Amino acid sequence: MGKWGYVGMLAFTVLGSFWLEIAFRVRVLQRIKRALFAIAPVALVFIIWDALAIAHHDWSFDPQQILGIIGPFQIPLEEYLFFLVVPLAAIMTIEAVRRVKPHWHIGDET
Amino acid sequence: MSYTITAMAFLIASALFDLFGTKIALLRRRAFWSSYAIILPFQLLTNWWLTSRNIVMYRSGAITGLRIASAPVEDLFFGFALVLSVLTLWVKAGKKD
Repeated sequence: MGKWGYVGMLAFTVLGSFWLEIAFRVRVLQRIKRALFAIAPVALVFIIWDALAIAHHDWSFDPQQILGIIGPFQIPLEEYLFFLVVPLAAIMTIEAVRRVKPHWHIGDET
Repeated sequence: MSYTITAMAFLIASALFDLFGTKIALLRRRAFWSSYAIILPFQLLTNWWLTSRNIVMYRSGAITGLRIASAPVEDLFFGFALVLSVLTLWVKAGKKD
């Protein structure tokens, strides 16, 4: 895998969730503004945590297994994408569950 | 144990945000727990990938050392807090539609 090691995990997550768009018509990508409204504040808080943890050397990344594109706060590109890809996968999952079990309300039903 | 403490704090904060901050209360919804039951194996698998290959490495002083499928147990709390908070806001955003 080499430098694609972390990207591989992200690709797996995308492949494992985005097919729900087609198979279950979850329409999360069509509602991307709503999704980003939900993701952005959470991602921001987690990125601050990430930056502090990296600065304290609580965790680190193998430079041989990431693309080597380092963004602000010494956070690798893959890590930023993680906070977009994983939340989208979670939203697609709960929307797919609703498609199968429409009577299981989650609180936004009108 | 700085990761342990922060992960626990985020776990508690995400639950309080869901139950009382927004009153969305996904934690009381069957749909949420069913979704998390689907997400959990993928979380374990991806955490295993990142940690067993040492793509992500942890300072031993930052964690308890308790590991599940190669990943620090703290990663599970981290992931749960992330997923719960995003889904809480997803529902909250949907109520405005």
